[in-house]
Amino acid sequence: MITTEIAIIGGGPAGLSAAISAASLGAKVAILERDGRLGGQLIKQTHKFFGSEKQYASTRGFDIAKILEEEMEKYKDKIDIYTNATVLGLYEDGVLTIEHNKKYMKMKPEKIIVATGASEKFLSFPNNDLPGIYGAGAVQTLMNEYGVKPGNNVLMVGAGNIGLIVSYQLMQAGVRVKAIIDAAPQIGGYLVHASKVRRAGVPILVSHTIKRAHGKESVEGATIWQLDERWQPIEGTEKYLDVDVICISVGLSPLTEFLWQAGCEMKYIPELGGHVAIRDENLETSVNGIFIAGDVAGVEEASSAMVEGRLAGICAANSLGYGDDRFEELRRDYTEQLKSLRSGPVGAKIVSGLSKVTVKKQFA
Amino acid sequence: MRIEEHPILSFENEKRKKIKFIFDGKEYEGLEGDTIASALHAAGVKVLGHHYANNRPRGFYCAIGNCSSCLMTVDGEPNVRICVEELKEGMVVETQKGKGELK
Ligand SMILES: Cc1cc2nc3c(=O)[nH]c(=O)nc-3n(C[C@H](O)[C@H](O)[C@H](O)COP(=O)(O)OP(=O)(O)OC[C@H]3O[C@@H](n4cnc5c(N)ncnc54)[C@H](O)[C@@H]3O)c2cc1C
Ligand code: FES
Repeated sequence: MITTEIAIIGGGPAGLSAAISAASLGAKVAILERDGRLGGQLIKQTHKFFGSEKQYASTRGFDIAKILEEEMEKYKDKIDIYTNATVLGLYEDGVLTIEHNKKYMKMKPEKIIVATGASEKFLSFPNNDLPGIYGAGAVQTLMNEYGVKPGNNVLMVGAGNIGLIVSYQLMQAGVRVKAIIDAAPQIGGYLVHASKVRRAGVPILVSHTIKRAHGKESVEGATIWQLDERWQPIEGTEKYLDVDVICISVGLSPLTEFLWQAGCEMKYIPELGGHVAIRDENLETSVNGIFIAGDVAGVEEASSAMVEGRLAGICAANSLGYGDDRFEELRRDYTEQLKSLRSGPVGAKIVSGLSKVTVKKQFA
Repeated sequence: MRIEEHPILSFENEKRKKIKFIFDGKEYEGLEGDTIASALHAAGVKVLGHHYANNRPRGFYCAIGNCSSCLMTVDGEPNVRICVEELKEGMVVETQKGKGELK
């Protein structure tokens, strides 16, 4: 059995930031990452980030991952990194079971930070299981990590930021995007991203949804149709699109299995993407010693995931008695940063969601 | 279908080592750094198997190991998520029949 002070499940922006901030206060941490590489969603993001200076705005996602890894170097003796390490379970006695390089391993940490991110939602329509129907994140992974095109002609379902950005990235890879559709009457993503794909000649059809996919062994086409103001499909508005890939980008939901297993109090909050854990202002859940940060705490952005990671990191470390002299000041700084990140119109939804799951007092 | 030109990324496909593997009895070639899924997709293989009950074709969906849509038999071991399994020289990848049995 391996012991450590703080175990961090997930090596994305939230997990890495948590490791850095906890180690900077003096705690001993272990990062457990399922993938062979650290960085989570960041390593496949080729676009420049929005946000403010402190969260590396206008730096490309994969470069941010590198910056975080370099920062971790400073605390080498405090941070143990396990890649190819999938956490399988989190038990009542606080033991984590892990598959590490095909071997079974157990770890008993004093505190746990869960930073597992989120997984892509799905959509139901006839033939939605055909090969060639991929999540937007999958398409991004295939292209930007492995350099492989998903196909030649794509229908993008969902005009949120991810749908828009991945559409642009598809074009950069030399793939045609036939249309971007969204069931809502307006585009969900930022205007800058929408204008970029429009300028490149891709139609964005709002109040449209997919009626069915066509094909026998894989996608050969798609039929889309228009929705009325009550979101009901309008007969006769069907259009056939000649595509070999349908990309689904209809949002993410937090990957919360461990929190359920540990018995954390959970609540369904649509604004945050699904079920999330009730937490206090230090990001500690209702189970003593289990903290959360990033998309698993509510689907948001890498910028806020990184600040939440820093916050959870210092809170976990401080609960072990580290950094008493700097803790309050850092905590105030991170809390302020989160507030300013969430000050825009998109942030308002997040703030409303968070107000339903954040309890003022720390759990006893 | 590999990306040959890209405004931001460079994959240097020519410089990557070629990796040979067997898929359903035939020899295929991937590149160093590929997962089994990316190598198969680059070779034009989208159908990774058929559902054990209704026999409908299956492809990958999430590509990050979350959904289990991509299970295949690799070197005799069933139910391997090939979207997160690194491609290695000489691997034997097979379409899985049924639910897969542990030997
Ligand atoms: C196309 C796209 C564009 C985006 N653009 C922006 C942008 O411009 N600006 C911005 O701020 N944000 C952006 N985001 C959002 C951002 O990427 C995410 O909000 C951020 O990555 C969340 O960080 P995280 O650390 O919580 O989760 P992730 O990055 O998802 O990391 C979670 C990690 O946990 C690991 N993990 C999961 N389960 C286990 C387990 N059982 N055992 C071990 N490890 C596990 C995963 O492998 C992963 O590495 C974008 C997202 C996408 C998909
Ligand atoms: S495609 Fe989802 S696990 Fe492989």
